[in-house]
Amino acid sequence: MKQLIENARLIDPETGTDSLGWLLVKDGVIWDTGSGDAPEADMVLDAGGKCLAPGIVDLGVKICEPGERHKESFRSAGLAAAAGGVSTIVTRPDTLPAIDTPEALEFVTRRAQEVAPVNVYPMAALTKGREGREMTEFGFLLDAGAVAFTDGDAVTTSTKVLSRAMTYARSLGALVIAHPQEPGLSKGAAATSGKFASLKGLPAVTPMAERMGLDRDIALVEMTGVRYHADQITTARALPALERAKKNGFDVTAGVSIHHLTLNEFDVADYRTFFKVKPPLRSEDDRNAMVEAVASGLIDVISSMHTPQDEESKRLPFEEAASGAVGLETLLPAAMRLYHAGALDLPTLWKAMSLNPAQRLGLPGGRLSQGAPADLVLFDPEAPFVMDRTKLQSKSKNTPFDGARMQGRVLGTWVAGNRVYGES
Amino acid sequence: MTFSARHLLGIEPLHPVEITTILDLADKYVDLNRQPNKHGDALRGLTQINMFFENSTRTQASFELAGKRLGADVMNMAMQASSIKKGETLIDTALTLNAMHPDLLVVRHPHSGAVDLLAQKVNCAVLNAGDGKHEHPTQALLDALTIRRAKGRLHRLNIAICGDISHSRVARSNLILLGKMENRVRLVGPPTLMPSGIGEFGVEVYEDMAEGLKDVDVVMMLRLQRERMDGGFIPSEREYYHRYGLDAEKLAHAKPDAIVMHPGPMNRGVEIDGDIADDINRSVIQEQVEMGVAVRMAAMDLLARNLRAPKDEGVYV
Repeated sequence: MKQLIENARLIDPETGTDSLGWLLVKDGVIWDTGSGDAPEADMVLDAGGKCLAPGIVDLGVKICEPGERHKESFRSAGLAAAAGGVSTIVTRPDTLPAIDTPEALEFVTRRAQEVAPVNVYPMAALTKGREGREMTEFGFLLDAGAVAFTDGDAVTTSTKVLSRAMTYARSLGALVIAHPQEPGLSKGAAATSGKFASLKGLPAVTPMAERMGLDRDIALVEMTGVRYHADQITTARALPALERAKKNGFDVTAGVSIHHLTLNEFDVADYRTFFKVKPPLRSEDDRNAMVEAVASGLIDVISSMHTPQDEESKRLPFEEAASGAVGLETLLPAAMRLYHAGALDLPTLWKAMSLNPAQRLGLPGGRLSQGAPADLVLFDPEAPFVMDRTKLQSKSKNTPFDGARMQGRVLGTWVAGNRVYGES
Repeated sequence: MTFSARHLLGIEPLHPVEITTILDLADKYVDLNRQPNKHGDALRGLTQINMFFENSTRTQASFELAGKRLGADVMNMAMQASSIKKGETLIDTALTLNAMHPDLLVVRHPHSGAVDLLAQKVNCAVLNAGDGKHEHPTQALLDALTIRRAKGRLHRLNIAICGDISHSRVARSNLILLGKMENRVRLVGPPTLMPSGIGEFGVEVYEDMAEGLKDVDVVMMLRLQRERMDGGFIPSEREYYHRYGLDAEKLAHAKPDAIVMHPGPMNRGVEIDGDIADDINRSVIQEQVEMGVAVRMAAMDLLARNLRAPKDEGVYV
């Protein structure tokens, strides 16, 4: 069966174009695209001039299965992803217990296949129990389908352990994803050091701690030759190190969360714990530097860093409250803030939210070209709405955008040509 | 009536006129407190609960006395020994107490912002008796009253706040209050005990006591908060005393009539020399304690008036 979506603004991150045209889907793949007269099809959808882009590939989603299914399950996360235009979820292994054995990884894959309407690719832990002492069975885990190795936001403090893990990972061609941070400085921090944190009396970490962590990791990359990705770079001070590493030809990429691109430390205001994330929100100067780094391509990936937390873990004094925010459903409208502010155009955004993460992990999505999987999102970048957290599909409602005026509505999401969200 | 707040959570939300209103009323309570019959009835029939999640003798006693002198029923809850230990959350504790219909809740908590959080969940007036490293508003108000009575004014004074600034909620509240009242504030201390972003505070920062105390009207010493330190802020107490402890030699750089203050409890021989602390011509440390009771009476009185104001004659402007 041939499905045609016509009269759509095609956002193609591969060619960097944003132009009116049509897209034909057959057998779950993109059969053809073009402008002008559309071909015949069994089913025709008039997009009404709205945007059609590759589905978002969200790198670093936490689904709280196993262990804390009351916070998020594969089903609820899958529904949230579909509603947010995310066609591919790459899961974090920081569950309870951690995903550090092939058996645990198979559980993730099986649960995802059973109940999630979108693509799910699992990452595995870098060290057993994410404790930073012994590397996991990289070979077996790769065979079981792990797309990368990471301990999430747990920093491997022992440089010796990390260097061995990286050396071993290099021999298998595996991608290592780390959280660049100097753990001695960031221990117990709930905010970024500066006037705001001082006036609020919050334990804070200097932004320099991120650069120190990145410097160490890059030295290890130089030493071992491993493929490396920094999960979140959030401070201007860390950017020159990243730039140098790329110039020197090391296989290094970096990501940033949508929250660090659209919010700053002042949003915490009177101790609003939904704004407590890890690393903590930064200064406005840092935020601007990150947006520029995405525009220039220095930062490769934007992700939601979806981290569900229940009400009980957030209704606490700021220092004691859990870190993290849900983001699957707000990634796209939050990214539209950057588009409407004139900071990033749509092809650039989709490069960072879809093409780059897919390529970095060797996944097929992220493209609108012939033969690519028909993982698509149709959205209206203008549609205004007021964010209501109670309407989120996620089991946890901890979004910092609650009550915020936003623009950008997902009208439809397709995975391999099947519509998983939106009215047909 | 120029005090419209529902809670006293910090100095930051207060307008200078509101600060003056509290201090003016506190002046009257100082007089009352010096009478043989110290009883007022501003809080008669009201229930005041003191919830201290952190050890305190002085502040708790001061609040208790303030409430009793104005006729409130005062209850002290030592929260460290209570249900918190059994796993109850702060909010549940607050809701439980709220159901007992207190009118005034005085709260001290080791975490910054915890009192704000609690205030959102109860429908009585909440007074912050110190939250983490954030604010300690009644301490700043009693310091302000002490300065105003000693110096005859609370503006255009040169005031040095010395010592462990970074761990001190007293320093934060004082910094904000004295700034709002248009004084020149200096911070003096070792750089390891200065909060981050200090350059943006609009104050002068000194690392040397002699320079920092030059020609000041008020010297405000802070306690070295060893219990809040996770190690390695200063090399030793004796070196700290040598370089930053207030003694006669360092005090000689201040104006001849400069007053010496300390929020207590003092570490004699660590941040302040015993002779200076006891010098009745320079030290106003005992007056600070006296002003503390009066300021807390005034603050609770004003909040209680807002509680009693009929809703339709609300104090909202």
